[in-house]
Amino acid sequence: MCLGIPAQIVRIDDAERMLATAEVGGVRRQVNIMCIVDEQHAPEACVGDWVLLHVGFALSRIDAAEAAETLRMLGELGEVQAELDAMGQSR
Amino acid sequence: MKYIDEFRDRDKAATLVREISKIAQSFRQDRPIQIMEVCGGHTHAIFRYGLEGMLPEQIELVHGPGCPVCVLPMGRIDDCLAIATQPGVILTTFGDAMRVPGSRGSLLQAKANGADIRMVYSPSDALTIARANPDREVVFFGLGFETTMPSTALTVLEAERDGIGNFSVFCNHITIVPTIKAILDSADLRIDGFLGPGHVSIIIGTNPYEFIAQHYRKPMVVSGFEPLDVLQSIWMVLRQLAEGRAEVENQYARVVSAGGNAAALRAIERVYELREFFEWRGLGSIDYSGVRFRKAYERFDAECRFAVPNVQIADPAACQCGDVLKGALKPHQCKVFGTACTPETPLGALMVSSEGACAAYFRYAAKAA
Ligand code: SF4
Repeated sequence: MCLGIPAQIVRIDDAERMLATAEVGGVRRQVNIMCIVDEQHAPEACVGDWVLLHVGFALSRIDAAEAAETLRMLGELGEVQAELDAMGQSR
Repeated sequence: MKYIDEFRDRDKAATLVREISKIAQSFRQDRPIQIMEVCGGHTHAIFRYGLEGMLPEQIELVHGPGCPVCVLPMGRIDDCLAIATQPGVILTTFGDAMRVPGSRGSLLQAKANGADIRMVYSPSDALTIARANPDREVVFFGLGFETTMPSTALTVLEAERDGIGNFSVFCNHITIVPTIKAILDSADLRIDGFLGPGHVSIIIGTNPYEFIAQHYRKPMVVSGFEPLDVLQSIWMVLRQLAEGRAEVENQYARVVSAGGNAAALRAIERVYELREFFEWRGLGSIDYSGVRFRKAYERFDAECRFAVPNVQIADPAACQCGDVLKGALKPHQCKVFGTACTPETPLGALMVSSEGACAAYFRYAAKAA
């Protein structure tokens, strides 16, 4: 639950509520983007961002190369699947 | 160094290991240098990449109490079960929390016995369940350090905003700074330096750790989670020790700032206040180490809404989780490690989650040894 996973924001669902759709490994789900939005970075600007996703909340933006590397490492260890299963289970 | 070939930049990893060995050899002391990783995520990374095996023997990694699932005492699980089995309640929580043993079994066992307990990925999913079941009481068993604290807070704020009356949280969130302070104050501890938690620090920043360097004169390096991050952070701690410095350094600056995440901190500040004390498995009670909801959010607090027995139960006598948490024992030195206590049948909490030192040790190190 503390590990988190990189995911990409693909769509803004509700800018006022800070809800967006994120995708990783073909799995999509709604996430909260409150923590990555500020005056310099409006909700609309988040589309395409790679973020560190923790229990459905984007904690921080990360660069695409780092996201790819983290996913590669987690993938080798079978941990991407575990996280994706968790993401899927309660929807 | 059996895993080093798989690293993204193996030259860099090899160089770091060389530099670490060089510094380690320059220390003249009769005991190993002890570096504690505070965060369970680091414990996990250290084991799965076999990092410990790459380090010279003068360096000992001590796996700290940073797994929030592992440190929950049995009494809190029993309290949670008491809430879960009240009529009309749907209890929701993270998968990791389901297997933690209480004195009368785990949540998973209670679910098998008919309690309506549902695993969720996110607290926001618990709120969704509350919306879909207006005639039921939906309780989220919230736990974690500052990494998950904002997610619970933001979910409660959303419940408030939408006027959702059948949602509450059994709040077991804990806070990192008093915990580190308790470790630093314990008499039998000889930690030389710390790896600081990466994701907690995204939220709180590096400023709150300054007391570790200034007051306790210990180096602290906030670290990322990739193997190279951890190796580099160990090297940074050693360099401080070699140069006689004690500072808070930030290896994970690509996501961690000095001041933390303003939006998350605002949500935390708004919803929670410190508890005077909070009970930890293996460590006893630590002052101001837990949080509860402020008065204004009391109606979302399951401890106010339900009769919670508030039981205190000693850890099983055979458990040596406390000694492992403080670094006094290695996991495999516990009397019941791998026999009475395994990931399938955890006796102590450190065996429950993949971030717990014993489970990590069982899965990776015990096999390699
Ligand atoms: S082996 Fe089990 S009882 Fe012993 S310290 Fe580890 S988790 Fe606790």
